[in-house]
Amino acid sequence: MSTTLSKVKMPYLLLLPGFLFLFTFFILPIVNLAQTSTQTPIAGGDTGQYEQTLRFANYLNAFTENKEQFARSFIFALCATILALAIAYPLAYAIAFKAGRLKNFLLVLVVAPFFVSFLLRTVAWKQILGEEGFVVPGLRTLGIISESTTLTSTSFAVVMGMTYNFLPFMTLPLYASLERIDPRTMEASGDLYANGLTTFRKVTLPLSMPGVVAGTLLTFIPAAGDYVNAAILGSPNTKMIGNVIESRYFKIVDYPTAAALSFTLMAAILILVTVYIRKAGTEELV
Amino acid sequence: MGRSVPEGRRQLVADVSSATRGDLRLTRITKTYGDFTAVNDLSLTIPEGSFFALLGPSGCGKTTTLRMIAGLEEPTVGSIHLGSTDITTKRPYQRPINTVFQNYALFPHLTIFENIAFGLRRRGIKDVDADVNKVLELVELPHLAQRKPTQLSGGQQQRIALARAIVNRPALLLLDEPLGALDLKLRRQMQIELKWIQREVGLTFVHVTHDQEEAMTMADTIAVMNEGEIEQMGSPADLYDNPETAFVANFLGQSNLIKGRIEGSDGDNLVVDLFGQKIAMPKKRSHAVDNSIYAGIRPEKFRISLVGTPTRGNILTGGRIEDVSYIGVSTQYQVLMPWGQELMVFEQNDDGVAPFDKGDEVVISWEPNFTFALRGDEDADAGTEVIPEDLDEE
Repeated sequence: MSTTLSKVKMPYLLLLPGFLFLFTFFILPIVNLAQTSTQTPIAGGDTGQYEQTLRFANYLNAFTENKEQFARSFIFALCATILALAIAYPLAYAIAFKAGRLKNFLLVLVVAPFFVSFLLRTVAWKQILGEEGFVVPGLRTLGIISESTTLTSTSFAVVMGMTYNFLPFMTLPLYASLERIDPRTMEASGDLYANGLTTFRKVTLPLSMPGVVAGTLLTFIPAAGDYVNAAILGSPNTKMIGNVIESRYFKIVDYPTAAALSFTLMAAILILVTVYIRKAGTEELV
Repeated sequence: MGRSVPEGRRQLVADVSSATRGDLRLTRITKTYGDFTAVNDLSLTIPEGSFFALLGPSGCGKTTTLRMIAGLEEPTVGSIHLGSTDITTKRPYQRPINTVFQNYALFPHLTIFENIAFGLRRRGIKDVDADVNKVLELVELPHLAQRKPTQLSGGQQQRIALARAIVNRPALLLLDEPLGALDLKLRRQMQIELKWIQREVGLTFVHVTHDQEEAMTMADTIAVMNEGEIEQMGSPADLYDNPETAFVANFLGQSNLIKGRIEGSDGDNLVVDLFGQKIAMPKKRSHAVDNSIYAGIRPEKFRISLVGTPTRGNILTGGRIEDVSYIGVSTQYQVLMPWGQELMVFEQNDDGVAPFDKGDEVVISWEPNFTFALRGDEDADAGTEVIPEDLDEE
């Protein structure tokens, strides 16, 4: 009797640590955030003192005041995701199929940036794109940009920074799904009258879709909520929603608006991701 | 086979026979990888419409040869012709050749129908339904058209891989260890099935395998390959009854090779001395270059009798039974001869119980016509250390 009981309880016991962790550090804060989002300042109270009044208009206000930053967040995230995909796919393909003995070394190189702090790397991009770096003078010499054009404090710099910072999150899932493809299916495609391009379109790409979906999600979701790149590489004109939330929370101490913005961002991402996964139809592939 | 041919199958036969085809000729093909020579100066003609097997152990170059025919590898030296067309440097998709891959390589993201239609669609054929359904019927799996490959059993996947290739009516169908992943019973069944399909559609099949039984069951002609070269080529019966080298004698079935000397001749026969005992054998079955030979006799050709009972044909005396293994259809004996060699003897169990016991003093005899002779300077163990079951990795 006792053995069957422990067998029944076993799965729950194994789940317990994870559940406790998520409860403490995810569910409780989310509930707290939800409560905060509908509060209003206490009349006559100090800065940062709020009371619960269930004021859902906070959401509408927060959104209408920051429509521009919301739009910019998603556009920047989309650009960074597309760029990262364009860079990471050939890279992951080469590592998976063409690298031979260099495979593991190249994979280490892909994750090597993680050994340096995220902030430092982003600051380094400021140097790279700055007046004293080699990119701007180089592009000017080639006549691609005019003498007066700068790259720092621009949307371009922010998107480049995000592309760079999230590249490993795109590369690794792509590599994992490409590496799982049996090279003989590609040979079979060639054997069945498909040339290289058709083989890629009809066999390799469809079979790597789980990696494309995972990689784009792992890039797009954090990129949409990111504020470090915009803060370091951008200007007040390139503010993303993450920067707004940050300043509302830490500088203006407007907790309800920050909370409402956070929830709106979460909901928007959730909707976009759901639509995306439905469209990509990856359930069949997994 | 005595089975009726469904309408779909008959139609396919008619369609295929109208396609243009020709013999496949490999001329002095060599393939090297760095210092390693995978295929060495190989020339080969595979006649149109035949079922041809490339048989050999792991690393003998048979898969490399197949991949060069398919266009997946390019020969270092030499040329490949199909009919009068030189296809040596053509890309795989430019050749009228299709392959049934080892482990099938079906497209996991496509339905069975789309897997089979793949080659037709790539060649711009719009209406594929009739052709696809026809081959699905040929492999007797029309009900699985809308499934995905992972939902099929190994044997079903094997048939779909075959259907995906033959639907294109290639001039040449290549089969790379196609039955390696199937269990023994299914493998036997598919061997008969493949042979039947080949005869029905009349395509040229080139089959690569390390399984000598599989090659012998299916092929009209077998080329035995070893270390990048063809050891011997011929019908299964030729290779088995009259092997030219120790490798072929040992790799195709089992052989007793006894060291001996040619002492003279007697009409169409040679007189051979085997450790002091004289035997006769046909001259035309000797592949020796001088008087030093290995006399070869297949284990099932031997007869055992107790000392003192009448015998006929060639006789070797002084044997003692060392070991008896009963394996149902036959009994296998190990007989120790006076010169210290153990001979293998297989006796059919068609007369009741096994009549001999360990320790019995026996005489071995056989018909002289079953003897073959190999060069005396050969390695008598060549081809024996190969255990086909260990070679699935190739």
